[in-house]
Amino acid sequence: MIKSLDPRVTRAEIELDNAIEPLKEMDQWETFEVFHQKRRGDQHMHVGIVHAPNAEMAILFAKEQYGRRGLSVNIWVVKTRDVFTTDYDDSDIFETVPEKQYREAGGYKVMDKINKYKKSVKA
Amino acid sequence: MYGNAYIDPNEKAAGILAGEDMQKLAEFEARIARGEKIEPKDWMPKEYRKQLIRMIEQHAHSEIIGALPEGTWITRAPGFKRKLALMAKVQDEVGHGQLLYSAAETLGKSREAMINDLITGKSKYSNVFNYPAFTWADACVIAWLIDAGAIINQVANAKGSYGPYCRALDRICTEESFHLKYGHDNVVTLATGTPVQRKMVQEALNRWWPPIMHFFGPSDKISNHTEILMRWKVKMATNDDMRQQFLNMYVPKIWDLGLTVPDAKLSKNEETGKWEYTEPDWDEFKRVINGDGPCNAERLAVRRNAEERGRWVREALNTSESKYMVPFA
Repeated sequence: MIKSLDPRVTRAEIELDNAIEPLKEMDQWETFEVFHQKRRGDQHMHVGIVHAPNAEMAILFAKEQYGRRGLSVNIWVVKTRDVFTTDYDDSDIFETVPEKQYREAGGYKVMDKINKYKKSVKA
Repeated sequence: MYGNAYIDPNEKAAGILAGEDMQKLAEFEARIARGEKIEPKDWMPKEYRKQLIRMIEQHAHSEIIGALPEGTWITRAPGFKRKLALMAKVQDEVGHGQLLYSAAETLGKSREAMINDLITGKSKYSNVFNYPAFTWADACVIAWLIDAGAIINQVANAKGSYGPYCRALDRICTEESFHLKYGHDNVVTLATGTPVQRKMVQEALNRWWPPIMHFFGPSDKISNHTEILMRWKVKMATNDDMRQQFLNMYVPKIWDLGLTVPDAKLSKNEETGKWEYTEPDWDEFKRVINGDGPCNAERLAVRRNAEERGRWVREALNTSESKYMVPFA
């Protein structure tokens, strides 16, 4: 029996030579992806995973793991195997035309035309 | 050359890369040289995967086992505030273990396999946790100086190349800054307290100094593979460099408190800017890491006990429709 400096360990009456069966597959359950919202109005952010036997336990573990300090108002969990993803190897699917100014605000400049028009009206 | 896949046949690393696809290796190294992160499903050399699993897994085990010497003093922490703080710190360490196991499992080793390797003694963890925390002051010295060492190591590794490990470390480093301040506060309280308190903290420092000097590992002259692991940004600084950084940051803070470091040779060489010290006893380091330290057997027995007594709960909660899939990130 271990006589430890830690009274909790001594109280647990642990044999030093306590070989155990190895943990079996799935002993630690499957994983859930965790999405955390810091404050109302923010986007939920992916923060990592937890191992859990079901969604309720995943929420409980996610709260301890990702919400134990700082701000938190909301957590979502979803089974890792329910998430569909693209592959990094396929990142060329995001390539379209090299010049995308036409779909950005900066691609549209009207002040030159307006000023020119104003001048011409005055004249 | 940095980021160059050309393998000099005379280089010691040549064997490590045997059988790798040279084209893919070149792309992999170029990606790292550009400062991009490697993600779990990217192609990676076998040695990269192996070393990262080893490193992240050991790091995770260290967090879990590290909770034991510190947890020793939870029941007897002086005062409610310090008890709360110590419980929070120990919970953080266990949380760090979880984050790191998650990062390691993206590389294909299951958490069950990692835990099995820990409790059978196959995997290692930080050697410092094989030493006992005799007094409250030991717990304070651990919280300050062991965490300080860990932060130096973790801040360096957070700039490494493997995405999931970096993300875990960023989160960990934020929390470690609380541990460091908490530990420093505790040590300062004792060092500026009564003669009995000062004596207690000095004795704890004397006990912990050799393990602290061991903390960063043996001089890289004796470490293998260092060069290639640094090119792959698996290892971010040499053991000696990290030890120097630690001494530079913390020895002055220890001396500020009028405490002494139990190494008569310890001094900064103003010419080289390097600290000189008595070479740590690496034979003891090896002996302890291989199982013959004061607390190795207890630490692992406590872990086995926790796994075994919790097993029925985990089994009862398991459902047949559960299915494991390696996490993405």
